[in-house]
Amino acid sequence: MNLLFAAFAFIFDPANLLGERGILPRLVDHLLYTGLGLAVAFVIGIPLGLLIGHTGKGRNFVIAVTSSFRAIPTFGLLLFIILFTGLGLWPLVVVLAILAVPPLLAGAYSGLESVNRDTVDAARAIGMTEWQILFSVEIPLALPLILGGVRSATLQVIATATIAGYVGLTGLGRFLIEGLALHNYTIALAGAILVAALALAADGLLALVQKLVVPRGVSRGLTRSRSIRPKKPTGFRVMAMAPTKEG
Amino acid sequence: MIEFHGVTKEFADGTLAVDDFDLVIPSRKTTVLVGSSGCGKTTLLRMINRMVDPTSGFVDIDGEDIAQLEPVKLRRRIGYVMQNSGLLPHRKVIDNVATVPLLEGVPKREAHARALELLDTVGLDRSLANRYPSQLSGGQQQRVGVARGLAVDPNILLMDEPFGAVDPIVRADLQQELIRLQQELGKTVVFVTHDIDEAFLLGDQVVILEIGAHIAQKGTPAEILANPANDFVANFIGSGRGKRRLTVDASVTSSGDDLVLVDGAGYAAGVVDAPRGVIARPDSGSKSRSISNKTDQAGDA
Ligand SMILES: Nc1ncnc2c1ncn2[C@@H]1O[C@H](COP(=O)(O)OP(=O)(O)OP(=O)(O)O)[C@@H](O)[C@H]1O
Ligand SMILES: [Mg+2]
Repeated sequence: MNLLFAAFAFIFDPANLLGERGILPRLVDHLLYTGLGLAVAFVIGIPLGLLIGHTGKGRNFVIAVTSSFRAIPTFGLLLFIILFTGLGLWPLVVVLAILAVPPLLAGAYSGLESVNRDTVDAARAIGMTEWQILFSVEIPLALPLILGGVRSATLQVIATATIAGYVGLTGLGRFLIEGLALHNYTIALAGAILVAALALAADGLLALVQKLVVPRGVSRGLTRSRSIRPKKPTGFRVMAMAPTKEG
Repeated sequence: MIEFHGVTKEFADGTLAVDDFDLVIPSRKTTVLVGSSGCGKTTLLRMINRMVDPTSGFVDIDGEDIAQLEPVKLRRRIGYVMQNSGLLPHRKVIDNVATVPLLEGVPKREAHARALELLDTVGLDRSLANRYPSQLSGGQQQRVGVARGLAVDPNILLMDEPFGAVDPIVRADLQQELIRLQQELGKTVVFVTHDIDEAFLLGDQVVILEIGAHIAQKGTPAEILANPANDFVANFIGSGRGKRRLTVDASVTSSGDDLVLVDGAGYAAGVVDAPRGVIARPDSGSKSRSISNKTDQAGDA
């Protein structure tokens, strides 16, 4: 209890906010890594998921990618890449992207998959082009599920970005590493709390967005989006485990 | 005019859905394709707007081979109404109706004004314009589907069991509405159903299909009723079971100048005008439409 209290005291001490080793710059870095990793994954995973969902071809590919990518040990992969490239930002971004592709891909794919085939067929039959079907029918209707993928990818990347601290970068993970190295568990715990808080905040924000994008006409009654929405605990568990796993 | 010339469709899995089909569908008339489930009706219909392309043979519209036309362009000038309305669930009724005109670049205000008129045309209250499809009854959704089909003022209207999923009373209502609309608009309607009564009610030309889209018989309802080509047709239209051979039931006297008619199985099927006990005969030669009128009266009774 004392430790927890001390950790919060550390977090709320204005002296720890700014400065080179302060919370704020590390938070910004953490967000930077997260943002870059997600952006790269987004550019790959979303179009691919949409393509597969729209054409219905390549389901097995999605399954293969999502299950095999998930089995990759993130930290090991990062070290492996660094062996070839040396330390730097991009190895981390690549690793985070690899982590984020499966949920994004699965979200985009399963989102499109969940759109009623008759609706798509009707859209085509009245003369919509394939692009119009994708952008004005499939994506709007699939948006809650697509965002579900974004949400779990974000949680995983925020949690895993703590490993940046091991490879010469900063981010909130530095508090964990420094704390453990110095046997200063207050700081380590403060770092863990900060990562958790960031993850919760991001999750809450995305949950809100997810609610807002449910198309009006399907917001009640016949919608299927509710049941497939990923459950909250998944992301949280991953996040809570990451520091111990990597530490 | 739509013409099928030796059209065959074999799906990738080897199903021969349509086998060497020939048919001329006259302009500004209603042609009904009727047959039991799986006989190839939908496949035929969808070959007219290139949702399905024939394996061999070709389809002409006004003498033009549609295989040469851009599918999207072709579809935008053909109305299509399907069983479960196929409305876009995330768009309001008015936007659903205006979908294709908006795609075609019609200004929004104009497209919406026209959509509202179309709601009148199909007998829907304008107050429904801002609802979403899920907030409508099945019958209302079908009307919206019809309105959408009419939105680009197409010459051709394809209807695939449009009234199949609504209750009999609403269905009768929609059928009458379609007859009225057709008298007003004079579209080339191709209508698919497995309900022979609906086929006879709506069709100027009725095409009875067997499996593989083989034509068992085609003609006006009167021609088919008078001369079923074979046992299959006779059975299909019900005359084989005596369902359509009606006789006066002398044992029942109704209150007015009506006589009760019973079918071959003895079930009451309707009434006939019989002032002073004499069945009234129309002076002019009966047309196919008079059959539908009788059906209406039977329905009202
Ligand atoms: N995309 C497809 N792939 C393979 N077979 C198909 C496909 N579409 C239709 N079929 C088959 O072709 C045959 C005709 O189908 P179609 O949908 O035209 O029948 P239908 O007369 O419209 O039946 P229903 O009254 O049940 O709608 C059926 O045997 C059906 O299983
Ligand atoms: Mg069908």
